[in-house]
Amino acid sequence: MVTIGNTQRFDFEVIARWVSEGSRVLDLGCDDGSLIRHLERTRNTRGYGVEADTDRVVKSLQNGINVLQMNLEQGLSGFKDGEFDYVIMSLSLQAVRNTEGILAEMLRVGREAVVSFPNFGYWRHRVSINEGHMPVSESLPHQWYNTPNVRFFTMADFEQLCEMRGIRVLERAAFDDDRLIELEPNNYASVALYRLGRA
Amino acid sequence: MTTEALQPAPGSVGLVSAQTAHFTEALPLRAGGALADYDLVFETYGTLNAERSNAVLVCHALSGSHHLAGRYDGQTRDSGWWNNLIGPGKPLDTDKFFVIGVNNLGGCFGSTGPASRNPATGEPWGAGFPFVTVEDWVDSQARLMDRLGIEQLAAVLGGSLGGMQALAWTLRYPERVRHGMVIAAASKLSTENIAFNEVARQAILTDPDFHGGDFYRHGIVPHRGLRLARMIGHITYLSDDAMAAKFGRKLRHDTPQYHFDVEFEIESYLRYQGDKFAGFFDANTYLLTTKALDYFDPAWDYEGNLEAALARAQADFFIASFTTDWRFSPARSRELAFALLHNGRRVSYAEIDSPAGHDSFLLDNPQYHGAMRAYFQNIEV
Repeated sequence: MVTIGNTQRFDFEVIARWVSEGSRVLDLGCDDGSLIRHLERTRNTRGYGVEADTDRVVKSLQNGINVLQMNLEQGLSGFKDGEFDYVIMSLSLQAVRNTEGILAEMLRVGREAVVSFPNFGYWRHRVSINEGHMPVSESLPHQWYNTPNVRFFTMADFEQLCEMRGIRVLERAAFDDDRLIELEPNNYASVALYRLGRA
Repeated sequence: MTTEALQPAPGSVGLVSAQTAHFTEALPLRAGGALADYDLVFETYGTLNAERSNAVLVCHALSGSHHLAGRYDGQTRDSGWWNNLIGPGKPLDTDKFFVIGVNNLGGCFGSTGPASRNPATGEPWGAGFPFVTVEDWVDSQARLMDRLGIEQLAAVLGGSLGGMQALAWTLRYPERVRHGMVIAAASKLSTENIAFNEVARQAILTDPDFHGGDFYRHGIVPHRGLRLARMIGHITYLSDDAMAAKFGRKLRHDTPQYHFDVEFEIESYLRYQGDKFAGFFDANTYLLTTKALDYFDPAWDYEGNLEAALARAQADFFIASFTTDWRFSPARSRELAFALLHNGRRVSYAEIDSPAGHDSFLLDNPQYHGAMRAYFQNIEV
């Protein structure tokens, strides 16, 4: 998973607003469990995190959240249909190979899905490509040869996929750092968040 | 006594001694009948707090005992079987928790078992000792908790067969356990697992020195059978990689001898382990304990539906498995974690990367112990 900038994750606030009080939440790629903990505290949710990395599992346990050690590439087959109100994937979608599969699984297990990802179409990234290099930025902090990311896509690409697969975009928020971007987000936003529903 | 004996090494619980509790109220058994009266041998570490809210019961596996940590008078080193986990400042911190180890009924380390005298005959129980199940053990442990004045346990922890007891606690006494910690275990044995147990039992049962379980009166023990049973067990507790790394194809001598004596180092290891075990373990206890393993299956009464079987549980859970454990595979632990999650229980599951097979749960793998430490730290007392 990618962490962006300083420790205060601005996307947490948006997700906390989108998630209803007391709901059941599953966070895929939960890192140290901060988001689950934040949602438990601010929205009184009942949450579980899924994390593949043992050190992060230990950190999640230290944070006192429920964490299940599993590899997301194996899918979510252990979870039942509609077992959660929200299945969240915060800044990890670009690191999963089977993008379509995981999105379908998120909306099988969750009534709704919440995803956030770095927007490859961000203007600084475009400038970088124009200058002949893969972008390295706060939202894409790795070099091309050591990035954990395996999928590179823009907000426009993502919305096209949603449309093709009958996924409803219920809400959208886009940011440059912690600044909300309303105008031409595919160009001016470095990070995008979506709340998604079934068709 | 040396000064070192008075001042235990950092992290050690130091000198300990076992206690015995005698029970005279008959214990009904799942297989029918009852134990009219019995002893339970146990040890405790740390201090029970005024609220009596910091007690952790640790259940033992096939060859374990009540001696979890520390050492006895006259011993120079800590000899408890889970000494690396339990002690002041250790993951299961005896500065915070009051830790209890109990030898199970049918055992051979002091609690009433097949070698004990049957009051009805005045002779050792031998083959006449009743079948005891995981549930019976849990019932007897609950009576010991009553005796110790502990209404509710902060946690019940166990690995392997001990993990089955921890799970059974949360189902039989849901209101008496706040956290169930089930390590390298399963809600039931696999077919292959029962098969290994049966081979081990046949080794003992067909040893002429077994005398139908009444070997005590012949002044002999079925050493060969017990030794074979342990050798088979040992193979299944390790992984192929762990065995290869430890012994490879190393020979005892420089060149092959073409005989049936020890040729490869692994043979030497298995014989040594088998002999050692046969020297102190009771054959009837081995038989009874493997049967307790085989029979355990909370879903039995729910047409195999584990999720329905776990609906009674109220505890929070910590489940852990080890990647190379093929005797209690991660798949079984995952299945348990999901069945608990489907019931809305708070549950965490760690799948620890370890080369050491089933035995991993006894080792001090830093990630495993890190996870245990973190979980215990968040248990409120």
